[in-house]
Amino acid sequence: MKEFLNMGGYAIFVWSSYAIVVIVMSGNVIAAKMQRKRIINELQELSEEE
Amino acid sequence: MMQFIHKYGSPRYFYQWSAPWQFWLTVLSVILLAVGTYWGLVIAPPDYQMGDSYRILYIHAPSAWMSMFAYMVMAFSGIIALVWRIKVAEVVIGQCAIIGGSFTALALITGMLWGKPMWGAYWVWDARLTSELVLLFLYMGVLALYSAFEDPRTGAKAAAILSIVGVINIPIIHYSVEWWNTLHQGPTVTKLDKPSAHISMLIPLLIMFVGFKTYFFALLFARVRNGILFREKNASWVKEVLELKS
Repeated sequence: MKEFLNMGGYAIFVWSSYAIVVIVMSGNVIAAKMQRKRIINELQELSEEE
Repeated sequence: MMQFIHKYGSPRYFYQWSAPWQFWLTVLSVILLAVGTYWGLVIAPPDYQMGDSYRILYIHAPSAWMSMFAYMVMAFSGIIALVWRIKVAEVVIGQCAIIGGSFTALALITGMLWGKPMWGAYWVWDARLTSELVLLFLYMGVLALYSAFEDPRTGAKAAAILSIVGVINIPIIHYSVEWWNTLHQGPTVTKLDKPSAHISMLIPLLIMFVGFKTYFFALLFARVRNGILFREKNASWVKEVLELKS
């Protein structure tokens, strides 16, 4: 396990790049969900005003 | 062709048929990305020259491929938007620019984190790296144009033109490692007759590649569906779908 985490001495480079990819890719998914929520809320308000 | 585009590109019909696609692509991408990551990090053997640092390539190469693929999807919808004035294609341009731009950023950042231990520098002004940076600026330019106008159709038109002109950069990125003497290594996978990577390292890379691709389309469908709802907010079918009082 320790050997695995060490990544042959390249731990900082390997793990930070994987971390950034996970953050950006899951961030994209969250952003799309928030976009949906925002749009639906906006449309709801719009229809209530009418 | 015309009929096909008009049928599948009508906002209402697109919103319908894309729902199951979005769902199954999401499922598939989660499975593939999980399997590919585990395979790439744990099962695949270390490289005899690069040690374990080469494992960054399992996320770097798919990010870089998708940064170009997303651009082609964007430029293709640009053509459809300009020629046939299809609304869905206009929405695709803006949403694709966001996703493609984030893949480009990932390709650049993971590349830097690979370059530091391998080349001794985070960044060099090498043809491959520079043209990929230009790609990031192109995405940013398309996005800026897309949202710069009051009328979304005008914005989409301007963004479409820039994205089509910018296609010139794609072959430059692809062939940069052959045209110029770059620090960046040549293609590893696309030499199909004799790939320079061993099969045990290649399989997880291909899994990751399909994982990234399904992720891209799942996310694109999600964002375009949202964009369509917004653009069609006054249409009665949107009110029906969202069960709003009309």
